Amino acid sequence: MTLLKLENFSKSFYIHHLNRSIPAFDALSVSIEAGSFVLVSGPNGVGKSTLLRCLFRSYKPTSGKAIYDSAYGPIDLANAADIDMVKLRREEIGFVTQFLRARPRVSAVELVAEVLLGSLEYSAAIKKAELALEAFGLKEELWQAYPSTFSGGEQQKVNLARALLAPRRLLLLDEPTASLDKHARGTLVHRLSELKDQGVTMIGVFHHPEDVEELIDSTLLLSPLSQEEERSLAHALG
Amino acid sequence: MNLSLEPITLEPPRLVLEKPLLEAHKLNIYYGKLHVVADVSLELYRAEVLGVVGESGSGKSTLLRLLNLQEDVDSGDYHLAIEGYKANNLFALDRFAKREVQTRHIGIVYQSPHLGLRMHASSSGNVAERLIIAGERRYSALREAAKSSLAASEFPLERMDDLPRKLSGGMQQRVQLAKAIALKPELLLLDEPTTGLDVSVQALVLDTLKRLQRELGIAMIIVSHDLGVIRTLADRIMVMRHGQVVELGLADQVLEDPQHPYTQQLVHAKL
Repeated sequence: MTLLKLENFSKSFYIHHLNRSIPAFDALSVSIEAGSFVLVSGPNGVGKSTLLRCLFRSYKPTSGKAIYDSAYGPIDLANAADIDMVKLRREEIGFVTQFLRARPRVSAVELVAEVLLGSLEYSAAIKKAELALEAFGLKEELWQAYPSTFSGGEQQKVNLARALLAPRRLLLLDEPTASLDKHARGTLVHRLSELKDQGVTMIGVFHHPEDVEELIDSTLLLSPLSQEEERSLAHALG
Repeated sequence: MNLSLEPITLEPPRLVLEKPLLEAHKLNIYYGKLHVVADVSLELYRAEVLGVVGESGSGKSTLLRLLNLQEDVDSGDYHLAIEGYKANNLFALDRFAKREVQTRHIGIVYQSPHLGLRMHASSSGNVAERLIIAGERRYSALREAAKSSLAASEFPLERMDDLPRKLSGGMQQRVQLAKAIALKPELLLLDEPTTGLDVSVQALVLDTLKRLQRELGIAMIIVSHDLGVIRTLADRIMVMRHGQVVELGLADQVLEDPQHPYTQQLVHAKL
């Protein structure tokens, strides 16, 4: 069964003060099976992260379609209403990065538990959040502290615990292993394989794909546009 | 290669079936020849937070005053999905009905506490005033309601009988907030609520707002020139310039992949 089908999915950035368009990827067409783990690969700057962000709609796709088979029926992520995207982000599609967005006066454990508050009581959510932080090896004395002062690695652990706790049907992984220590990397890979067993579909960009080698079902290779393609595309986009 | 790019226009919602709480359609207001709010349409869902950004004079605060039924519109209609008024264009109500909607269903917090508070009445009295307008007369009930509302906005209760002018800026904003939420409105309008507060106090007020939105499910429209504040709170962002909406989208999309030249300028100017 297909979970996500890209048809001529394209993204370019128009920078007004330069008066030019910078293409990222163009006319991507691919089908992604439900429950599979897809590695997005290709050289730096080819648009791997941009692709993930376009699917999450942090970036606005330029053209084409991304038909996603939601629990409510198929919907095109490229032009779904904003409020539908809010719903999908809350219930079905997760984005996992290495960066934590800390909020003032919210402790590490609360930040993690927050994603469960829709479905669980406060104390049960906190309990689960603590287990997740423990699994990623965040020191217990930091659980009640505010993460804005944490080191990069510690923030990343909080972020991963948070991002991988709420149940999701599709996870977009943007270099989640970068700068993690060995223990945390092991926990992450273990958690991803658990999620895969539960049938979660994952599309990921990894700096070191060997970390997740045994999970990968297929590879989506993005190749750079040739100079000629880039020129004609920039021209067509104005 | 596909060069015939079809530009993407968003579809109406298909997964979210509930009606929006707020629907405003083609609002226009002129001050003389100046088109202060120009063809502005917006929708807001329950528990959703919409951030409004734009330079001074872009019409943001005027828009809030319109939505608070404080000012008359030159054209346009405005609906809130609230009991008793679902079918009404709120701009067409008489002033008594407008006052009723304003008091019971809409809360507002201004940048300047002087606009939102009576400086010579106690803080608890300021909050209770809303309840009196709504018809509550029993002293003990008023006192209790004022107290719980002040507590919800994390105001130190031992100072509830102080005059607002003796309070710090952050505490004055909390009194305004307590007053705004005293009758549990469906819609909360915030006009630069943290501007002028020092950063630690600002963080506390933002945290309170976030909690209120989560726990009470209040829909909010927050006007701020501070993109950090907007980013912390908003689900969606509307960018205004010269009275018009130039961009509207998911908060992260508007801030990370702005489309309009003005939004790009605004985002790139952020420190």
